[in-house]
Amino acid sequence: MKKLITGDEAVARGAWEAGVKLAAAYPGTPSTEILENLSAFPEVISEWSSNEKVALETAIGASLAGGRAISSMKHVGLNVAADPLFTVSYTGSNAGLVVVVADEPGMFSSQNEQDSRNYAKAAKLPMLEPADSGECLEMTKYAFELSERYDTPVLLRMTTRVCHSKSVVELGERSEKPLAEYKRQGGKYVCVPAVSRKLRVKKEEQFAALAELSESTPLNFAVYNEGSTGVIVSGGCFHYAREVFGESVSYLKLGLTNPLPKKLVSDFCNKMDKVYIIEENDPYLEDFVKTLGIKPIGKDSFPYTGEMTPDVIRKAVFGESLPGVSYDKSKVAPRPPALCSGCPHRGFFYELGRRKDVMVTGDIGCYTLGASAPFNALDAVICMGASLSMGHGAAKLLDREGSNLKVVSLLGDSTFFHTGINSLLNSAYNGGSAVNVILDNRITGMTGHQENPGSGYTVNGESAYAVNIEDVARAFGIKHVRTVDPNNLAEVKAVLDEFIPLDEPSVIITRWPCALKKFSAEDKSEFPGAFTEKYAVDQSKCIGCKLCMKAGCPSLSFDTGKWRAVIDRSGCLGCGVCSQLCPKDAIGKENA
Amino acid sequence: MMSVKSVLLVGVGGQGTILASKLLTLGLLEAGYDVKMSEIHGMSQRGGSVSSQVRYGESVCSPVIELGGADMLVSFELMEALRWLEYLKPGGKVVVNDFKIPSMPVITGAAVYPDDILPTLKKAADVTCIDAAGIAEELGSARVMNIVLLGTIVKAMGLEHIDWERIIRGNVKPAFADLNVKALAAGMAAV
Repeated sequence: MKKLITGDEAVARGAWEAGVKLAAAYPGTPSTEILENLSAFPEVISEWSSNEKVALETAIGASLAGGRAISSMKHVGLNVAADPLFTVSYTGSNAGLVVVVADEPGMFSSQNEQDSRNYAKAAKLPMLEPADSGECLEMTKYAFELSERYDTPVLLRMTTRVCHSKSVVELGERSEKPLAEYKRQGGKYVCVPAVSRKLRVKKEEQFAALAELSESTPLNFAVYNEGSTGVIVSGGCFHYAREVFGESVSYLKLGLTNPLPKKLVSDFCNKMDKVYIIEENDPYLEDFVKTLGIKPIGKDSFPYTGEMTPDVIRKAVFGESLPGVSYDKSKVAPRPPALCSGCPHRGFFYELGRRKDVMVTGDIGCYTLGASAPFNALDAVICMGASLSMGHGAAKLLDREGSNLKVVSLLGDSTFFHTGINSLLNSAYNGGSAVNVILDNRITGMTGHQENPGSGYTVNGESAYAVNIEDVARAFGIKHVRTVDPNNLAEVKAVLDEFIPLDEPSVIITRWPCALKKFSAEDKSEFPGAFTEKYAVDQSKCIGCKLCMKAGCPSLSFDTGKWRAVIDRSGCLGCGVCSQLCPKDAIGKENA
Repeated sequence: MMSVKSVLLVGVGGQGTILASKLLTLGLLEAGYDVKMSEIHGMSQRGGSVSSQVRYGESVCSPVIELGGADMLVSFELMEALRWLEYLKPGGKVVVNDFKIPSMPVITGAAVYPDDILPTLKKAADVTCIDAAGIAEELGSARVMNIVLLGTIVKAMGLEHIDWERIIRGNVKPAFADLNVKALAAGMAAV
């Protein structure tokens, strides 16, 4: 059966067809939908893990116990999982083990643009790079075979466009695999130095065999056309290059990109007068080709950053884009993402942004938008969980030096469970005065509402214990812990006033659901009436002072003709933050 | 061999471009075309500028449309048409929804929402401006605005031979199927 599906759906389908028994992941754009789609297959144990390291280790355990297992994550997630990755590369797998990593050239929803192909090289893992959904499905299935045949985890490397583009695939059936026999094999799985030294040598032997495979696998193939110009390409860039060059060049399309095929590449290049290497981000293929004494056209002509879409290739090779229509684009106003109407982070950021005597360390999630106008409330964002530990380091130093600057650190509930929980434990242990804020919107928001250890449900919708963050903080020994309603500005201000001057660690939990969340039964009883009301501006009371604009709400705008604030009734969700900013009581509930 | 056609749907996160492009691709696939589609999920959906790119023909290479490569630009929001117009081919068709959503820099006063968008668009390309929200509301719900706009694509790209009613009925909740079918017809009539 033919179907139009995304690369993420195709990986999920491929894993299912390959008989995968367990899948574990932490949500992260653009990889999230892999696990979401796998969770729809009842034959597969699917889990949202608390972070990527835990996800990979869960998959390693399942592979060790004899079932095919897959773990998927975004590129920065692989950094978190790098520790087990480098050593499981030595032990190999019992049943097939596949690690999927999704890079983000162009950084649509990420804090960096790392090229995870370097991980394959550094951790000595065979790597497959699919170009479209069809290859996602086939390569995922093949990755499990490869993993078992060579006794190694396999890295499947995707990029945003491969993950989120749809193309036509041919669906197959699931082939059920019996459990591989489990045997205690200390010499293979117990990585003490004496064992690892042997495994390290074995890894090199394995890679020599994989290098031979790379020369002969149908995943690495040449397409010869007229002329003497060649293009060496992998992943989604293959289709971009075909779009621009068509049949005017020959292609060496590489699907197994670690280890790379020396002879195949040399033979291809020897037939060409000119060779382009088209790849996003790092010169991964280019550096290899250069080791063979070949001088290709690569990063000297093509950019290091962003996507290598057809217009970028065309511009680099031919010096111009396709002809377009000419017009003046200068007046287009920017449209960056913004906190949604009704977002529970709004009230907290309004109050925090007003304070000028604090350093604020932020984190990865929707609340990163607190850095933008009108809140301008963040000083630094690095990676998942870093807010609390960066804040801890800053506070310790500032306190020691007698500075008046105080530190507030903030992250979301899911990010807290991901790695922030370790940071809070450290702050509790080592002391310091940072105020640790957990913006608990009852769900993993940015990636599209995945359950987490605090939400009360698993990926399959089964009930789970909803971890109480107050209990966690107290168990760590933190004495000052308070939960507040972030839509109540007076309450937010009071707790900040009280906690910021303390010389001990404190925890504030702002608890209100994401405005886009589908309420659970527990949400309905805890937050009755949430998001059901509408506010309106009494035009006769409004004096046009624009103070309410500081709420930064997409449903509140200023009519410069009438010089009055107006609320878009269809967008308002009744959080009431704007009404608390009005000095004239001009904003109130409808029908009040 | 039929040349590859490219339709670019743009708007603001939350406007329903994803459903419209999904239905479009399902119809194209049924009609026997090779189809590729690309969209960006994640942070940009939070009120940011969004696009869905649909390409179809006998054999499609790239899932993304390049600058100057779109046969049709359908903008769910007025200013977004101006932002994405550089993707239109000379001679391409633009349908723009007469619907303004101020962006956050406009709301905070850091930027101005341009007041001469339509004249600028019309000077550069073949533009039809429709009140898709008004049409949708008249039919019964502003929420089918995206299907009205899908109707304009069906008409402008000459895709009337595809059984869209069946596609819609198979992919939206039964209670809203009639409304969506009407919205598609209204969109087709509007261009």
